[in-house]
Amino acid sequence: MKTKSALIELRDVSKVYGHMSTATYALKNVNIKIQRGEFIAIMGPSGSGKSTCMNIIGCLDSPSDGSFLFEGLNVTGLNRNQRAVLRRNYLGFVFQGFNLLGRTSALENVELPLIYKGVKALERKEMATKALEMVGLADVLSHTPGELSGGQQQRVAIARAIVTQPLILLADEPTGNLDSKRSREIMELLKKFNKEKNITIIMVTHEEEMALYADKIFRFKDGMIVEGEK
Amino acid sequence: MLWNAFVLALRAIYRNMMRSILTVLGVVIGVASVIAMVFLGDGTTAYITQNISKLGSNMLIILPGQDKSGPRTQDTSIKLFKIEDVEAIKREIYGIKAVAPGASKGVNAVYSNKNYSTSVEGRDNDYFIVKDWGLEDGRIFLPNELKSGKAVCIIGQTVKKELFGEQNAMGANIRLEKFSCQIIGVLQTKGASTFGLDQDNIILVPLKMFQRRLSGNLDIPMIQVSAHDNISTEEVKNNLLELFRERRRIRHGLEDDFYIRDLKDIIETVGSTTKMLTLLLGAVAAISLLVGGIGIMNIMLVSVTERTREIGIRLAIGAFEREVLLQFLVEAIVLSSLGGIIGIFLGISIAYFAAMSFEIPFIFNKEIVLIAFFFSTLVGVVFGYFPARKAARLDPIDALRHE
Repeated sequence: MKTKSALIELRDVSKVYGHMSTATYALKNVNIKIQRGEFIAIMGPSGSGKSTCMNIIGCLDSPSDGSFLFEGLNVTGLNRNQRAVLRRNYLGFVFQGFNLLGRTSALENVELPLIYKGVKALERKEMATKALEMVGLADVLSHTPGELSGGQQQRVAIARAIVTQPLILLADEPTGNLDSKRSREIMELLKKFNKEKNITIIMVTHEEEMALYADKIFRFKDGMIVEGEK
Repeated sequence: MLWNAFVLALRAIYRNMMRSILTVLGVVIGVASVIAMVFLGDGTTAYITQNISKLGSNMLIILPGQDKSGPRTQDTSIKLFKIEDVEAIKREIYGIKAVAPGASKGVNAVYSNKNYSTSVEGRDNDYFIVKDWGLEDGRIFLPNELKSGKAVCIIGQTVKKELFGEQNAMGANIRLEKFSCQIIGVLQTKGASTFGLDQDNIILVPLKMFQRRLSGNLDIPMIQVSAHDNISTEEVKNNLLELFRERRRIRHGLEDDFYIRDLKDIIETVGSTTKMLTLLLGAVAAISLLVGGIGIMNIMLVSVTERTREIGIRLAIGAFEREVLLQFLVEAIVLSSLGGIIGIFLGISIAYFAAMSFEIPFIFNKEIVLIAFFFSTLVGVVFGYFPARKAARLDPIDALRHE
């Protein structure tokens, strides 16, 4: 079998805030390998470094030390714009607070990443409509976030994340603001995209029940991984 | 990319209708107030200048004594003019349209049971030319009335109103001191002078009659001279100076015992005063533009703070910093120039209707329109753009966490 490089690989990654004596480690020598198609859950108490790790994988933040490989390519030293290119082409984000544009229809919210990718208006509309159909919101295309329930808003956010057909979907506590029934629905949806579209999912959560949907669980404590597998 | 930015900007403007309207309003107020103020200032200046020139066209006034400011003292040693001086001007000065000698005295005019204190002036018919003043009713003096000093008079509108009200004044006899005279004419309305004097409060009588019955001497305290339109008053003034120095035997090197006032000088003095007025209005307008600018600045700053999370979302899903900035720039330009255009129309309309209702001329000043438009648009763009730049430079996660 040929040695195929991992989709994501963190090698001895550290993240330090502050200088010298006031320096605090958010991450300390973290090593992670994620293969294509995996569903990963990252768990840990608050301040354990799980969000920092997620932000580094999501190219929203860069490590202070160590290296970050994306499909075998070292992307550690990329600048802001280069990281933006990675985000718009390969990554999708779902946040705890949904982070949709207010007073903007679901359709326009989902279209947004396509606008930045330079997709033409007609095609853009078609793709966005299809993505919203996939998350089961075909009948609320023109609703604004204020007119949607929390669960529906998170579905719009998922549609926005997958509309660009990303390699990886990063979800930061996607069920944090939802009740357990809606939470399970969202998790089923993520699982579906993971299985059917082979989208790699990396999810931060602190709910054991949600983590059970994942193939692998990384547990963080004080900036280090304390437990790797399920 | 520009088209995308345009689409995104229009969507954002539409989405935040209230904020967009407020921004536009800030620009509108700034632009409109500057335009209205300056237009009205210019109009007022033009109005005042017109009014002064109404005092008489190309008029020079020859007065005895010396041109001193401050209170006038009754100096009996001052030599007044005689009718011969008037004839000499007519004879010897080139380019003269009319020469009007004049003497005046305050009297109490009485008609039946009413009386009114007014000013009686001894004049001849050149007065109407010099003052560019016509009659509403009746006729001017006849040559024989002037020659013999007949007791006839022409009254101003104020005198007519005070003594006769709505009644017909023509042919009536009014008492002036110890004699009565018959009204042969009524002057047109002249209105208040620029200096606030009621020019219609006047009774004109033949100069001869004035000298015989009111002053009791042949002195003429003032001569008004009107030059032809194509003749420079400067030249006429110099000729008059020479003539009067000779006639009054003033030796070389001695001071004149008379002086000549050119109405143009007065116009210039008042003109510079009204220019100050325009400057003042302009300064007030500049302040309102500044205040408008600060309003725009406020709204833009607040909105960027409010929109930092939005910027974070855009950055997180892969927008470049420059794409976000371009969107904000387009938004600012669209809102500011929209406000600018509305402001121009509003300002011009305000100035136009104000000019109509104040009855002053409407004067269009292109430069001010351009300056007001560009300044407020600039403020809108600068304050829309720079706070956005600050936000777009944040890390996406920091921008997202922004509350």
